[in-house]
Amino acid sequence: MTQNSALSQIHMQIMWNRLIAVVEEQAQTLIRTAFSNTVREAGDLSAGVFDLEGRMLAQAVTGTPGHVNAMAAAVAHFLAKFPAAGMREGDVYITNNPWQGTGHLHDFTVVSPTFRNNRIAGLFACTSHVVDVGGRGWGTDARQVFEEGLHVPIMPLASQGKMNEMLLELVRANVREPITVEGDLYSLAACNEAGSRRLVEMMDEFDLEMLDGLGRHIIENSTHAMLEEIRALPAGVYRNHLRVDGYDTELDLVAAMTIGPTGIDVDFTGTSGESPRGINVPLTYTQAYASFGVRCLIGSTVPNNAGSLGTVRVSAPEGSILNARPPAAVGARHILGHFLPDTMLGCLYQAAPERTPAEGASCLWNALLYGGHGFAGATKRDPGPAFMLTCFHAGGAGARPSRDGLNATAFPSGVRNTPLEVNEAISPIVFTRKEYRCDSGGPGRQRGGVGQVMEFTHGGGAPFVVSAMFDRVKNPARGRSQGKNGAHGKVLTGSGRKLNTKGQQLIPADDKLVLEMPGGGGYGDAYARDPAAVALDVRDGLVSRAAAKRDYGVVLTGSGRVNAEATARLRAERPRQAAE
Amino acid sequence: MAGSDGRARLAVDIGGTFTDIALEVGDKLHSAKVLTTPQAPEEAVMQGVDLVLRQAGVPASALAFVIHGTTLATNAIIERKGARTALIVTEGFRDSVEMAFENRFEQYDIYIEKPKPLVPRYLRWPVKERVNAQGEALTPLDEKSVQALLPLIKKHKIESVAIGLLHAYANPAHERRVAEILRQALPDLWITLASEVCPEIREYERQSTACANAYVQPLMARYVANLEKRLKAIDLVGPLYMMMSGGGLSTVATAVKFPIRLVESGPAGGAILASRIALECGLKHVLSYDMGGTTAKICLIDDGQPQSSRSFEVDRVYRFTKGSGLPLRIPVIEMVEIGAGGGSIARVDALKRITVGPDSAGSEPGPACYDRGGTLPTVTDADVALGRIDPGLFAGGTVKLAPERSGQALAQAVGQQLNLDGPLAAFGVSEVVDENMANAARVHAIERGKDFAARALVAFGGAAPLHATRLAEKLGLDTVVVPTGAGVGSAIGFLRAPVAYEVVRSRYMRLAKLDIALVNAMLAEMQKEARDIVRAGAPDAVLHERREAYMRYVGQGHEIVVDVPVRTLTQADLATLQQAFDATYGQLYGRTIPGMEVEILTWTLSVASPTERPMPQALPPSRPTPAAHGRRKVFDAGKTDFVDYAIYLRDDLGAGARVPGPALIVEQQTTTVVSPNFDALVDGHGYIVLQRRRAA
Repeated sequence: MTQNSALSQIHMQIMWNRLIAVVEEQAQTLIRTAFSNTVREAGDLSAGVFDLEGRMLAQAVTGTPGHVNAMAAAVAHFLAKFPAAGMREGDVYITNNPWQGTGHLHDFTVVSPTFRNNRIAGLFACTSHVVDVGGRGWGTDARQVFEEGLHVPIMPLASQGKMNEMLLELVRANVREPITVEGDLYSLAACNEAGSRRLVEMMDEFDLEMLDGLGRHIIENSTHAMLEEIRALPAGVYRNHLRVDGYDTELDLVAAMTIGPTGIDVDFTGTSGESPRGINVPLTYTQAYASFGVRCLIGSTVPNNAGSLGTVRVSAPEGSILNARPPAAVGARHILGHFLPDTMLGCLYQAAPERTPAEGASCLWNALLYGGHGFAGATKRDPGPAFMLTCFHAGGAGARPSRDGLNATAFPSGVRNTPLEVNEAISPIVFTRKEYRCDSGGPGRQRGGVGQVMEFTHGGGAPFVVSAMFDRVKNPARGRSQGKNGAHGKVLTGSGRKLNTKGQQLIPADDKLVLEMPGGGGYGDAYARDPAAVALDVRDGLVSRAAAKRDYGVVLTGSGRVNAEATARLRAERPRQAAE
Repeated sequence: MAGSDGRARLAVDIGGTFTDIALEVGDKLHSAKVLTTPQAPEEAVMQGVDLVLRQAGVPASALAFVIHGTTLATNAIIERKGARTALIVTEGFRDSVEMAFENRFEQYDIYIEKPKPLVPRYLRWPVKERVNAQGEALTPLDEKSVQALLPLIKKHKIESVAIGLLHAYANPAHERRVAEILRQALPDLWITLASEVCPEIREYERQSTACANAYVQPLMARYVANLEKRLKAIDLVGPLYMMMSGGGLSTVATAVKFPIRLVESGPAGGAILASRIALECGLKHVLSYDMGGTTAKICLIDDGQPQSSRSFEVDRVYRFTKGSGLPLRIPVIEMVEIGAGGGSIARVDALKRITVGPDSAGSEPGPACYDRGGTLPTVTDADVALGRIDPGLFAGGTVKLAPERSGQALAQAVGQQLNLDGPLAAFGVSEVVDENMANAARVHAIERGKDFAARALVAFGGAAPLHATRLAEKLGLDTVVVPTGAGVGSAIGFLRAPVAYEVVRSRYMRLAKLDIALVNAMLAEMQKEARDIVRAGAPDAVLHERREAYMRYVGQGHEIVVDVPVRTLTQADLATLQQAFDATYGQLYGRTIPGMEVEILTWTLSVASPTERPMPQALPPSRPTPAAHGRRKVFDAGKTDFVDYAIYLRDDLGAGARVPGPALIVEQQTTTVVSPNFDALVDGHGYIVLQRRRAA
């Protein structure tokens, strides 16, 4: 290699690293300035830099899987309407169109051109979830997207540095929290600006006229690295089928994954049709979570960009619930989205069983609680002050082939919970329980992660409303390689009445909402689990003595130690067919 | 710390590998470095103290005081060698301390493990009680449920107990009563109240902090008592102060009560030293850059004050990955630490990219050029291959380097993979590590709402001066200062620290409905607590006080820290606080949101004894450049080729000496690279000040 090409190779790498740092700064700016709690606490955002063709060159590591390539695809829609050639310095474009953006009206995507020496050099895009878009509020209950709030088609948010005041006024007039939503739109614009500034500095430092050469380097190397990993897998078609609870009828997610020399193609033909409620998924969001599921196993260290994303291609038949068309309601599209990684892992298990974890609780258990006038009207008592509280919680994750599943930990969502002390400080809700749920982890050589139990009351004794978005109540997380299923979830009142898993429901005065979150599936034969590990689980109250004996064939002494002899005897007695 | 009446002062910093001792007699500094003795750390301390006292010819009895910092608490946590600890919680909430944030700290890694809690579930016990966010008891404490724990404490041989009840930051009565009952029955039990060690809202972080405190307390108490005895035995009767992670000193009594506040004392010493240097050099905005064998630490310093924070993570499962450790809510000096040190190992990944760290070759086997069996190339190997380190002068000639080993290791692990010949592979490694540090520094500044413009770099630690000018070029900085004695920088920093203490209280309030009387009463109580503690260590000093409120717009998730006037507040101060919030918010985020309500979650109050504030010295008159000690070929980043560099010995350069780049300035512990874009000048303190030449 000549000295020059060797040096340019080093420079390419340094610039690639820098570009990733630039978009990370862009994302951090968004997190620091955002109002929406899902952005700050849960990282429900994404940020990236694009070339003038709309190819993504780098995406911030900080961000949600739900936007993985949804935001990347969105930029193409922006460019189709507003070609790069016509953009001027200080222009900013925006949309929350669920089909062209990232799947529901709550997500706004903003695209801004970067100018250097009066020439357009690249584009920055970012997406974040705002607290409110009007309509019915976030939930599953809408029948059409029109009920879900204000829709902003792709249009300028600012032109040559001047904000689109008419748009802002419309937004303010249509949402419940005008100041914070407007603040979030400003913060989206500001984070692109921060990215642009850094990009210009970088191009100055490296004396770079265009991003083309660097872009080619990034895309080619990433494609190559992905294909190398994909080609190491046995080629073939792998099918999987996952049943979920749905709104009021159960739904089937059916996937065929083709692993071949040019990449991975996923097809969701056979999946259930659209729902009359707000759990439909636009294709772009399906692509995001399905692709994320693949990437958890394949190419997990390859940065996201047009090259790496292009090697995993996802399609679903139009009119299926994973490619729902307007005007289907899509507000709670995350529920099915969260099941797609498990659907993908079920396919990959056949190609790489030794690497693939069991199914987990998958869907977040987000408790949206409302109270006050209009919400809790079905009572003679004072409805109490108006409030709205969103908490994010998780059941157990699936067991891994070499490790137990993580207890009460979100996967695939990257969400963080909010402290219950903070939730109590800012709302009238008082929690009476938040603990691991014994025996909820699927038995296996590696145990599924346990779920948790949470109880919510109204501190003022008033009724309140839950907007339910729960799943895995009818269909538990399945184990793999003889591992057993995790426990079903339960949604109850304190008095023991079963509630629906979806939709707004009243919790009467002086009653409780009880959520028993599902556990993850187990991996491997539970009878092969190290008895000492079972004894530790019993000691810690994660597995009961009865379950230790029944599910694991482990007998403990009075003081909790393994009774080796009795355990060996019990394990030997197990019917033959279950063993191998 | 001031107030030694000109008597000699001693500082001791126990690190993982070395125990550093610094002795200051008048303005003369003596130092020693001895190997740490992990089994009985006081052994190394006594050895080093003896060494340095003899070196200076000062009797132990002449010392005004001793300041001590140690990683003992941190190591006990990392190695899980603390006390058998139990946690007492509100019934129904046994698992907050383990559930943490219910998230994964690495999005794409499905194999992560979370940090193991210090107190396993079977030792987390409930008591019947409940307090709400307003501090009202919803369920009174059922004392029988506390009594029921006594046999469990005995059965499980518990040495130390943390009590962490919900909302006890708002009303600690139940925690106090639980402690009373336990103490009465078991007078030897160590007891930590979460409402004392961290009276802050957010149950997970508070309980985590309390557990860590309880976990290290018996060990630290035994160690400090031992050390005091040993010091007395050699007639060292001056008081012993402990260095805390927030940058202040405390008495032994306070340290034993809250040992968790000692965890990051070493790095804090480094940051204090850098702050002091900033003041001495008249530099308003500084980036302190400490690069040693395994990590680089970067800290922002403004007006002589390092950035402070109340959150820290210990024992990260994934080194340097946020969220993978146990959170501690204690006052700390805020810095970012990345796996970029002289020993960090370089590789090529699947994408044909050079990666550096986070793992390190350490001192055994060390970099390949040490020729002690290490075959993996490190940053030091790259520095050797690029000619920046003169193998004959390394460590004053005491360590013989084998430069050919560097070349071989680099060729094998990097060069052959990427088809790069010798120096280019080394250049790639060096550029990547410098770029990593620059990127970490930029993101850190963004997170803290700070800018880089017009900052100077203060570079210390064995590897920093080798990389400082390149890092400055990458960050667009014009000035770099390389101080003297940087090898025992933390210990020297200890000598500059004030006696100080910070008290925190959480009370959730809307600013518009602020209960002024309640706030004043709370601040008065906090002031008394802090002053009493500081007075014990600095009886006669005029104390300096700072108050801060952690505020945010209603509904936001992160608070910003706003200065609060040090006086009794009046109704008129609602406007003062609003203005202070607006100003701080605007500075951090570039704008405010008019009309949006503001809430306060937490208040802090800190009291400190005064520190001497050095006046910047004028630069000494310029002296002619002394003759070069030698010359060598050094690979230059700008020219991307070997260039002729002059070699100077730092000891030969007196105040006023000027060295134009390109040059190497060699000293016992490090080498300063003066790139062709910089000129070096030795100032009145003996510091090397590197100034970027402006392009004409």
